[in-house]
Amino acid sequence: MPTRSDVERFLLPLGTAAVAVGVWALAVRLSHTNVFPSPLKVLAGLKELAGKGVLWRYVADSLRRVATGYLLALFLGVPAGLAFGWMPRLASAFNPVIQMARPISPLAWMPLAILWFGVSEAAPAFLIFLGAFFPIVVASMNGVRSVPAMYLQAGRNFGLGAPRLLARVVFPAALPQILVGLRIALGIAWLVVVAAEMIAVDSGLGYLIIDSRNAGKRYDLVVAGMLLIGVIGLLLDILVRQLEKLKTVRWGFQQESA
Amino acid sequence: MKRLLPFSATAVLLAVWFLAARRQTSGLFPNPLQVLSGLGELLRHGLLAKYVIASLFRVTWGYLLAVVTAIPLGLLLGWYRRGGQALNPLLQLLRPISPLAWIPISILWFGVGDVAAIFLIFLASFLPLVVAAMNAVGNVPTTLLRAGRNFGLSNPRLLRNVILPAALPQLIVALRISLGVAWLVVVAAEMIAVNSGLGFLIVDARNAGNRYDLVVAGMVMIGLIGLVLDAGIRQLEKMKALRWGYGS
Amino acid sequence: MGVRVVTPAKVSIRDLSMRFPTDRSTIEVLSSVSLEVKDGELVCILGPSGCGKSTLLNVVGGFLKATTGEVLIDGQAVTGPDPRRIFVFQERGVFPWLTVEGNVGFGLFRLGAAERAERIAHYVKLVGLSGFESAYPQELSGGMKQRLEVARALAVNPDVLFLDEPFGALDSITRLVMRSELLRIRRAEKKTILFVTHDIDESVQLADRVVVMSTRPATIRRIVEIDIPHPRDLSSPRYIALRDILFEEIGLAHKI
Repeated sequence: MPTRSDVERFLLPLGTAAVAVGVWALAVRLSHTNVFPSPLKVLAGLKELAGKGVLWRYVADSLRRVATGYLLALFLGVPAGLAFGWMPRLASAFNPVIQMARPISPLAWMPLAILWFGVSEAAPAFLIFLGAFFPIVVASMNGVRSVPAMYLQAGRNFGLGAPRLLARVVFPAALPQILVGLRIALGIAWLVVVAAEMIAVDSGLGYLIIDSRNAGKRYDLVVAGMLLIGVIGLLLDILVRQLEKLKTVRWGFQQESA
Repeated sequence: MKRLLPFSATAVLLAVWFLAARRQTSGLFPNPLQVLSGLGELLRHGLLAKYVIASLFRVTWGYLLAVVTAIPLGLLLGWYRRGGQALNPLLQLLRPISPLAWIPISILWFGVGDVAAIFLIFLASFLPLVVAAMNAVGNVPTTLLRAGRNFGLSNPRLLRNVILPAALPQLIVALRISLGVAWLVVVAAEMIAVNSGLGFLIVDARNAGNRYDLVVAGMVMIGLIGLVLDAGIRQLEKMKALRWGYGS
Repeated sequence: MGVRVVTPAKVSIRDLSMRFPTDRSTIEVLSSVSLEVKDGELVCILGPSGCGKSTLLNVVGGFLKATTGEVLIDGQAVTGPDPRRIFVFQERGVFPWLTVEGNVGFGLFRLGAAERAERIAHYVKLVGLSGFESAYPQELSGGMKQRLEVARALAVNPDVLFLDEPFGALDSITRLVMRSELLRIRRAEKKTILFVTHDIDESVQLADRVVVMSTRPATIRRIVEIDIPHPRDLSSPRYIALRDILFEEIGLAHKI
């Protein structure tokens, strides 16, 4: 028997979504625009893309680029961050470089990426790597630094050497914060791939958007592409969030309030 | 020795950069000195100041507009749970759309110019801020709310005197992250949608004659300004009234 | 007093002093503290909050270095932490990312799987956590977490336990239960125990001897022997007399 609040939780968002789509449709109709598409036109555009088979190729291309750059950032960034957090001297040696490189928008590396890798798969992957690497490094580093001294003391007390201490105390204690960094980094990676594809390559969802505009002002396809980007980004976020539910990290995400 | 430590890795990196630039075959990749003289050239022509101001102008407007609209909206949506429930899916769907994916639409609506770029920055900061403000309100401990009610605070007063200050530390973290994203987006937006600013400088320097010294000079400026912006907003976290929220 | 000199000291603290330099001056936290603890003895170190008794315990445990003086355990100078003597923390030091079994087995990484499993089962049972083997700490109550931490310590079979206000965060009923649990466990596993507390009743209920510390810089004011056999009757005249002595020693008349 669903309670009233259950029904509300389901109906309220559905209602707003309906209203939003309605307002969109009405605005298109009232403004007599013949450029901006109505929701129905966007739906038709999606169908057209899916029918041509180009859609799945573009989605796969974007996801492959994100996976390459992001995984590279993960496998280099987490160990680097752990090392920086664990060895303050190493961190202070690299700090100026990191602080300087971090705020450079990954997209600003575009010309260099093209110079180094040409217009190829490697260029967007490199930009995604840059976008994801720094948040992951910083989150891992801060995660290690905020491990309570008590845990380290306990680990040392039981006779753990540095490698064991790192693997069995520092890493699990820092993991919740590292996961937060991974989530932020995945969001940025998804933002960067779209931009990179708008400039540097000729496939993928970012390319779809810019190409649909440039080749014949097909704004129905532009909006269809945007919706796809939103849905896939949402799915990626939900996927990473599942990690936060693992029992070994859940303690780090609990709210204190009763 | 200890004081030199922070410069060691930088020095090594600069040296590697020098060597790499010397060993390349294309001759396009500039060495640090060429970048420095590129910066000097931009400075002399007055381009540097002009582009920096253009970029900062867009970020300031887009970001401020987002802050003044997103935070009140987020606080309200966090307070009125039903409103939050109703709008949450829409926000969740819009949020992962890369703000840059809005470029065609923003050009369609606002034409090529400042407004288009400001709109993109606004979008990039607005959605994360709304969601963060909403969550921050949700995380205010019930005991604080009860204490506030106990002292007879009305809703507006409760919002201003209890919820806002209790949510502020979390809000400021979100402000910092979204300023970073805004700075990332302005560069990308300028590479595509306008004809000035540091992003434009980078793309233009490459397209007009492969001036990679100016490209890297532009990157250095982007890094420096990003650093200054981040340092500025970090000062907020040091305020005494907020420090409780960041642990030791 | 003289009879006891025959047994050799398990822990001997010799003329320990501890000073921290600050911006303007140096703060003296410990001032020439000397104490001998016999094998198997339970000694409570009693003092007001912030008097430096935790610092003392951290020095004895090998986590801090004293400015002058030394600590000998079994005749050997303490230079750092050692699994033969385990520290149980004031706040809950159990690892939240490990299950009950994982926590109890944390220090047993040198053992084979079979022996490790056997030890874990034994100590889980000893502290009364049977049935919770695969629970995570966040699913346990405060008292259970504290027992888990004690089990984790006992599992590596240390000869000395350092307990730093271990029951301070528990409610008063749970605290009473935990004290009798500790005494029960102590009967099963003979350990030398140094127990830091600011609770006068706790010290009279648990200790063989109570060491009363002064406020900063901490010195030993007096050592009171608690000569009541276990189980102790909390309303016996001797109990009340000893409690009164401690109340007065710490500077509190026990009237409010």
